[in-house]
Amino acid sequence: MESFAIYVPRLLPRKDFFAPGHRACIGCAEALAVRLVAKALGREVIISNATGCMEIVSSPFPTTSWRVPWIHTLFENAAAVGSGIEAALKILNKKGVRTKMPKVVAMGGDGATSDIGLQALSGAWERGHDLLYVCFDNEAYMNTGIQRSSATPFGASTTTSPAGKLSIGQTRWKKNMPAIAAAHDIPYVATACPSYPFDLIDKVNKAVATAGPAYLHVLSPCPTGWRYPPDLSIRMGRLAVETGVFPIYEVENGKYKLNFDFPQLRPVRDYLAQQGRFRHLPEEEIERIQEGVNREYEKLKKKLEA
Amino acid sequence: MGMVGMEGSLALAEAVRLADADVIAAYPITPQTHIVERLAEMVANGELNAEYIPVESEHSAMSACLGSSAAGARTFTATAGQGLELMHEVLYIAPSLRLPVVMAVANRALSAPLSVWGDHSDAMAVRDCGWIQMFAENGQQAFDLTLCAFRIGEHPDVLFPVMVHLDGFHLSHVVEPLVLLEQSDVDRFLPKYSHPFALDPDRPVTMGAFALPNVYTEAKQAQDTALKSAKSVILQAWQEFSEISGRHYHPVEHYRTEDAQVLLLTMGSFSETAMVAIDEMREEGKKVGLIRLRLWRPFPFQEVRQAVESAEVLVVLDRCLSYAGPPGPVCSEIKAALYSQQKRPKVVGFIGGLGGRDISVQEFAQMIAKGVDIAGRGGEEETEIIGVRG
Repeated sequence: MESFAIYVPRLLPRKDFFAPGHRACIGCAEALAVRLVAKALGREVIISNATGCMEIVSSPFPTTSWRVPWIHTLFENAAAVGSGIEAALKILNKKGVRTKMPKVVAMGGDGATSDIGLQALSGAWERGHDLLYVCFDNEAYMNTGIQRSSATPFGASTTTSPAGKLSIGQTRWKKNMPAIAAAHDIPYVATACPSYPFDLIDKVNKAVATAGPAYLHVLSPCPTGWRYPPDLSIRMGRLAVETGVFPIYEVENGKYKLNFDFPQLRPVRDYLAQQGRFRHLPEEEIERIQEGVNREYEKLKKKLEA
Repeated sequence: MGMVGMEGSLALAEAVRLADADVIAAYPITPQTHIVERLAEMVANGELNAEYIPVESEHSAMSACLGSSAAGARTFTATAGQGLELMHEVLYIAPSLRLPVVMAVANRALSAPLSVWGDHSDAMAVRDCGWIQMFAENGQQAFDLTLCAFRIGEHPDVLFPVMVHLDGFHLSHVVEPLVLLEQSDVDRFLPKYSHPFALDPDRPVTMGAFALPNVYTEAKQAQDTALKSAKSVILQAWQEFSEISGRHYHPVEHYRTEDAQVLLLTMGSFSETAMVAIDEMREEGKKVGLIRLRLWRPFPFQEVRQAVESAEVLVVLDRCLSYAGPPGPVCSEIKAALYSQQKRPKVVGFIGGLGGRDISVQEFAQMIAKGVDIAGRGGEEETEIIGVRG
């Protein structure tokens, strides 16, 4: 394992297309995820970016972190803009105006994906565009100041689901976006996390090699919003995976595969205890979350058998 | 080419076909449907070599148009009423990013109560979104102005989106005699589209960066200046269009305005009924005339001022209510344009033709007479919704 860790990074392309100097917070795992995704995508790509953290930190005029063609228009329409780009490339190639077919990638945060942009994304999937959509999920509206989204996990305290005398914080379970993607019967759906960079890069490569829509859901730990020290981002992603809170899997043409399986999952307490957003939770709520995680993990395992 | 009988919507679709549009992204809404159905049919039959994106909403229709236009494709969409409203926030992006999308709007009233019929509430709600906007008054113009829209919007000195307004049902669903154009003439008039900053890995650009307060104002001023200066290209394109078609367009068009003391101002299809009223009143010896705004944005200040400078009374018809505000959006803009003039007519506004309600020749004559009366007793602040029952 040790030599793997030393040598494999040298096999990765050296060139980065998401340049340093952006304004992301210290320890932002989302910026790391974006850099890895952009590295994997390479030069021949056009990106449509939803409004959100990554758009804001990367594009204050007159600077840009993007070394590839990139367009931002609005919050909820990255997938629809991507649809238009893909359709344009298709017809312009057919008419001989263009001679290359760059990959088309749309990206957004969890709010842009699972809340406000869900309709546009569902439409793009249903129409079957050759489009990769990447959701960088930091589990709340971090850009506007840590408001809850439908991707915020049960029990998390945010500025619009604050823990208080009468509330434990977020009272709903996290919306299962990968399952929603899979329900569209698109050819490729996967979850990933920058704490597992090679897996993430592999999946980007696989997703763009797929003809038709592909969806990548990337858990992106956020020290600012989750309230943990910024040097723990990688560990936080690993704990999410090792506790079963965020299983890493893929769905290829309807077939499920768990990419990281563990003989035994760590208790969710190990993950929750290190984050300020869960610090208020009483014992019975932690127990409830453990049960919820077990339940979801079992559901996923059943899908693997199918 | 000879004259044909054709529905306005189908003629407009024919213009899009002759323009060889690359991408059409549209969501169906009455009364725009015949336009997009015909385009979908053309693509399905191979009459038009284009991608038709059947989006899931108007918001996505305009969003897909942004992507398509940014990638360098000639892009068209059409909508109406609520659809235009659902697009609202997306509409602002196209001119700000200088993406020359062409859109037909089959003008429709806004809910509630629900009405699929025509008025200009939808158009007026998007007045300030930064598009070039023109109003057709018959099917022929819907065809002509759509072709001109591509020519104007895509001009390298312009690069702005263009809206062609045609009244829902009154124009979209009426079969009229009109003359189409030969493909060879259109090809001469309309060069291939090429966006200088199209999204391309060989020349990567960042499109849609955000602006801090230190540059936002400058960006907006630059946009406003560019839209104003688009007018010279509009005039030039209309001139060139007249050379291939023999049909002439002007920002403000005149009908029997010579020596007119009283002028009526209209937009869209009602202008033709108004012409009949003007004819009848002229026969009675009344010195009345009609002016129509063909170009709505950039607003033709100079032409409006010139057109009305000798008149004593100007009666303006709005097909849109500005609730508890000034008479109507068109009337208040006309008043604003004339306020600084030494010599200007008295301006009286009327509201009418809401939600598909017709205005008859007789009502136009009454409106003009009433306008003169109101102006005579200094009641310019009054406004009336004409034809209200009970």
